Amino acid sequence: MADPVKLTIDGIAVEAAPGTLLIEVAREMGKEIPAFCYYEGLTQVAACRMCLVEIDGMPKLMTACTQPVGEGMVVRTETPKLAEARKGTLEFLLTNHPLDCPVCDKGGECELQDMVFRYGAAESRYVEIKHHHEEQQWSPVVYFDPARCILCYRCVRVCSEGMGVNALGIVQRGAYAEIAPNHTDHLNCDECGACIDICPVGALTSDSYRYQTRPWEMNHVGTVCTHCSNGCKTTLGVRNDQILRGNNRDRSGINGEFLCVKGRYAFDFNESDERLTTPMIRKGGKLEPASWSDAIRFVAGKFKQVADAGRRIGVVGSARTTNEENYYLQKFARQVLGTQSIDHQRSGDVVTLLDALAGRQNALATVEDLYQSKAVLVIGTDLAQQHPLLHWQIRANWRHHGAHTYSVTAGPVREDQHTVGAVRAAEGQEIAALEQLRAQLAAEAELAIVFGDSVKGDAVRQLVAFGDSLGIPVKYVCLVDYVNSRGALDMGLTPELEPGYRAAADRGMTLPQMLADEHLAALWVVNADPLRDGALAAKDAFVVVQDLFLTATAQRADVVLPSASLYEKQGTVTNVCGEVQRLKKAAQTMGAKADLEIIGLIAKEMGAAAKMGPWMADKVFTEVQQVVAGYNVPLPVLATGGAAQTAPPSAKIGVETDPALIRSARDTLFTSGTLGSYSRKLDSLLESPGSLYQGEDALALTAQ
Amino acid sequence: MLFNEPSPLETKVLSRRFGLPNSQSVETFVANEGFAAFRKAVAMTPEAIIDEVKKSNLRGRGGAGFPTGMKWSFVPRNNPKPKYIVVNADESEPGTCKDRLLIQNDPLQLVEGMMIAALVVGAKCGYIYIRGEYRYLIDIMDRAIADAYAKGWLGKNIQGTGFDFDVFTHTGAGAYECGEESALLESLEGKRGVPRIRPPFPAVAGLYRCPTVLNNVETFASVPSILLMGGEAWANLGTPRNGGTRLFCISGHVNKPGVYELPMGFNLMRMIEEVAGGMKGGRKLKAVIPGGSSCPILKAEECDIAMDFDALKAVNSMAGSGGVVVMDETTDMVKVALRIMRFYQHESCGWCIPCREGTLWLKKILTRVEGGMGQRNDAALLHELANNMLGRTFCPLGDAAAMPTISIVEKFRDEFEEYIRRSPMANVAAEESELAVGA
Amino acid sequence: MTLPPELEQKFSEIIGKYPPQHKRSALVPLLLYSQDALGKITPELVTEVARRVGVFPVQVEEVLTYYSMLHFPKPMGKYHVQICTNVSCQLTGGPELWERACKKLGLGHKEVSADGLISLEEVECIGACSWAPAIQINYDFHHFVTPEKLDELLDNLRQLQ
Ligand SMILES: Cc1cc2nc3c(=O)[nH]c(=O)nc-3n(C[C@H](O)[C@H](O)[C@H](O)COP(=O)(O)O)c2cc1C
Ligand code: SF4
Ligand code: FES
Repeated sequence: MADPVKLTIDGIAVEAAPGTLLIEVAREMGKEIPAFCYYEGLTQVAACRMCLVEIDGMPKLMTACTQPVGEGMVVRTETPKLAEARKGTLEFLLTNHPLDCPVCDKGGECELQDMVFRYGAAESRYVEIKHHHEEQQWSPVVYFDPARCILCYRCVRVCSEGMGVNALGIVQRGAYAEIAPNHTDHLNCDECGACIDICPVGALTSDSYRYQTRPWEMNHVGTVCTHCSNGCKTTLGVRNDQILRGNNRDRSGINGEFLCVKGRYAFDFNESDERLTTPMIRKGGKLEPASWSDAIRFVAGKFKQVADAGRRIGVVGSARTTNEENYYLQKFARQVLGTQSIDHQRSGDVVTLLDALAGRQNALATVEDLYQSKAVLVIGTDLAQQHPLLHWQIRANWRHHGAHTYSVTAGPVREDQHTVGAVRAAEGQEIAALEQLRAQLAAEAELAIVFGDSVKGDAVRQLVAFGDSLGIPVKYVCLVDYVNSRGALDMGLTPELEPGYRAAADRGMTLPQMLADEHLAALWVVNADPLRDGALAAKDAFVVVQDLFLTATAQRADVVLPSASLYEKQGTVTNVCGEVQRLKKAAQTMGAKADLEIIGLIAKEMGAAAKMGPWMADKVFTEVQQVVAGYNVPLPVLATGGAAQTAPPSAKIGVETDPALIRSARDTLFTSGTLGSYSRKLDSLLESPGSLYQGEDALALTAQ
Repeated sequence: MLFNEPSPLETKVLSRRFGLPNSQSVETFVANEGFAAFRKAVAMTPEAIIDEVKKSNLRGRGGAGFPTGMKWSFVPRNNPKPKYIVVNADESEPGTCKDRLLIQNDPLQLVEGMMIAALVVGAKCGYIYIRGEYRYLIDIMDRAIADAYAKGWLGKNIQGTGFDFDVFTHTGAGAYECGEESALLESLEGKRGVPRIRPPFPAVAGLYRCPTVLNNVETFASVPSILLMGGEAWANLGTPRNGGTRLFCISGHVNKPGVYELPMGFNLMRMIEEVAGGMKGGRKLKAVIPGGSSCPILKAEECDIAMDFDALKAVNSMAGSGGVVVMDETTDMVKVALRIMRFYQHESCGWCIPCREGTLWLKKILTRVEGGMGQRNDAALLHELANNMLGRTFCPLGDAAAMPTISIVEKFRDEFEEYIRRSPMANVAAEESELAVGA
Repeated sequence: MTLPPELEQKFSEIIGKYPPQHKRSALVPLLLYSQDALGKITPELVTEVARRVGVFPVQVEEVLTYYSMLHFPKPMGKYHVQICTNVSCQLTGGPELWERACKKLGLGHKEVSADGLISLEEVECIGACSWAPAIQINYDFHHFVTPEKLDELLDNLRQLQ
């Protein structure tokens, strides 16, 4: 580290690393230098001219957003001259601004409004006619009101630099310059909404939030997005139990401000008309509404009957329920129902990876590691489509630290824009293809490897052997599908492994085996839909389904219990990198219950309440911390919205899993398993495949 | 081809080959000292060449007057990246039309200047960025370049010296801002002509972020004469710290408007009276824009002045690009101010707030005043708004728009007040205006 | 999109001027020469040029709409009459020429005659200040233009067809 630079800002002596921008140093000191165009992490544009400061010895006012600290520099950030300049610039800015704050979505959280309040330029001497602009709809979700735009170019930059999409540009010149999309009527992009989020004013607005409410009328609840395994923190704007907005403007959590299209808009499944709100019991071949107590009593009775008779019960858990629910469910299955036949849809070979890495410290990458590691290797996945946060992190790592990225994939991926080594290899051939990169990789200081579901079983062991042979520190991420896919494994939702990857004494049936078992007496499905593309061999099996929707499986059920979504629960989830985060309940659907409560009620009805313990998320998590190896994570980190990585098992797991059980759903940006199909927003966006950057032609495009 | 008669008062250095038969060909060029300076330079060290250029007191002819020798010395020669030579032939500053003649009449003089710069910094490639309207010059230049390649004066191992150099023309497409050096580079890279944040300056990170020598046509064209005459002799043509001659473009209300090569520091009144044949129709001089429309205007009584960078700076104006616009007593200064602001508003790239919005607002006020709808404090408002742009914009275009307005309003305020006095809105102040409501 | 052979030739000549990794540099010249050759710039051309220099269409549009000599989406006439009224021309009769041309042609700023033959534009300084007033018809300069000379030039255009 170079020696810090000493300087004076507003009479206060400070030190900062060489190269630090004045605007950042001031911010550290608690001085907010006004700025519209400056945005941490994006390139500098120095276009708004609000951040001007006085520096001794420099004849002109300087922009704090581009001026690095200098030894002995004497800087003033608030003087009458500067206030005058800022007021003057604001007055210019407002000449063509519609000043329609009362109807603007951004009212109350608009940076322009704040600035006018601070410097006062509200009464204008501008008596000329403003030019009129039509509002434009760029995509099903993105609206643009050019009159409100202040041309800070944040949206253009976040799209090209942050996302690598390049869907936005600047057209025309001078006072008529305007932000414009790739095609005048339809964005060919990821629809991530980052442009809307980053807009300091109300120029860019989203279809889902427009004219819905005002920021101060909502509760803002920080929780975790339910869609993919990346586990972005999201702040939901909720009014009257209705989720109106998803963003993460406070930049907290593992994802900073990042959210993908699903995090940003696909919360609308939560209020779908098709949500189940009352329990149902099959009577005379038809599912009929029933009271919660009748339904619970009925299920408990059936379960007891089957268990007492020693007949086979299968339990299918979920990759979208909380750790607490998963733990509680497997405990119930194993200890109350006495079955080892418990499973869920597995999407990545975490087990083999943990086994191969047994006993090692620091061999599993965190989301942050993907931003810090000097080199990253991506195998068998199109991250931009399937794991958007991980893609964002790796890209930011390249932008900010010049990280080297490598990829071994079947087709073009967005990392190709900045790759230093891309190899095309058919699925399943990736490990062999790695040899082509050996020399380059071995020359790196460190490496993070991210791999998809085509690397499973032996291939995982070969990958770890390859990593070992490089002679550099290597960390791994085994990709899985959903928000708690990783937690489901950790909590023992498999017949062969109990919580914490302890080998089960005797194995029950796997999910395919349960479905194929003609003698299965009962099947209990919690927030999963195995019958969507499978059939149940046991014609007479008693089927209980807990779900948000009447899925294919629920339609076959004898009892359907409406359950709450992840946004309606407390608890924890564990993301793809093994990082635990805490949920906060944001909304509630009348009639639905959290899965934890449903399981608890059934246990109570079966007289197993004492054995199971209370069905309160906090209490269950305490037990998880004691029982599940690796989960003794620091609670304050979770309580403050942070993520804590779990420790891997300290010894070999010693249990082989059948690689055939591992199959990723390969969701894209515009699909999200069952939930996705109930999101109207995602449905409306399906046509936008982000095709611009796909196809070989486009690859050369951004390579320059 | 000359568009105006030369003047006997001229000191013909850069223009000495103008008017020679076939003056664009390698043949004529070589027969008249062409490439002699290059031959001399090949035998010199880069330091020695820079030294001569420094001694010559050559200052950039594009407008800012930055010492050329010093600029060249900033190029990091040990940088492993390729180096580029870029010629600014965007010539768009209103009042300026000299680079056009330099290319039209002696294209190879410019190429020779580029070659010498290339020797200094170790460049292998140069681009001449010519404004799109000058298509015929691009054709002339392309032919001259082809001729030079054919005769071994460009390309690989030039004349057996072991020096390789390629030159290409590049067309602009109508954008004044692309004359600003960093915007020019953006434009040359196929982007919008929006300026870059500086530092780094082009010398360090120019074309394709590589070290780049970027100068005006006339600046490059001056270099061969400097090497031939010697820096000192060249410097002595002009005034202290303002070496050599320059092509002054005299336009407006004079009898013999034209482009004349005169020593730096030539007296402005003499220029009008003796070189340009005096005021048209014998009318009285009212004002002069001394160096292109960006420069603060001079009143008649300020015009007994040496035309060099320092003397003009001393009276708060600028020598700029050598465009001398002469106005007689009949000139309506409100109309002049409006026309100049219309230009800057049209040409503002729109990148930063004060320039984008300021030029538009100023244009609207000026249009209103000129259209007979001036309001009580419009003159003051113009002055204040222009000052709100000054020194606060991203690039000097904002200043270029503000300075003429400020100077015209200050020096000819009575003309604005006269317009306003005749307006039906004369008693209304902007902030009280009816129009302000719901406008 | 297939281009006429001469334009194709011009394209390779232009692209050849720049280092292969900086093909984008050719963008403005390609658009301007295409406009000259084809009379107009179409959305298909935008896509084609984007492909050739390796950028997204929006990046071509960014450039296209920035430069005042590039006319998109509305093309100018076969003979584009450009009259300078900037300060040197303003002092010597440029604005009067402008008025005269408007009247004579019945066209305003950036308007095109119904037959697409002639268009008119009031332009910024064209670098002919010392020989003002000046006009350009397409790329041809005309200096010291008098009202009579203007009439003659415009009349000739009609005859040229
Ligand atoms: C708005 C603006 C327009 C400019 N236009 C031109 C121009 O048309 N030609 C030119 O040579 N320099 C122009 N310049 C100056 C250039 O930025 C640059 O200083 C010059 O080309 C450097 O060359 P020199 O040192 O030889 O003068 C302009 C500057 C500004 C700020
Ligand atoms: S739309 Fe918003 S983010 Fe984009 S340039 Fe305009 S004000 Fe900035
Ligand atoms: S924040 Fe510095 S110019 Fe906008």
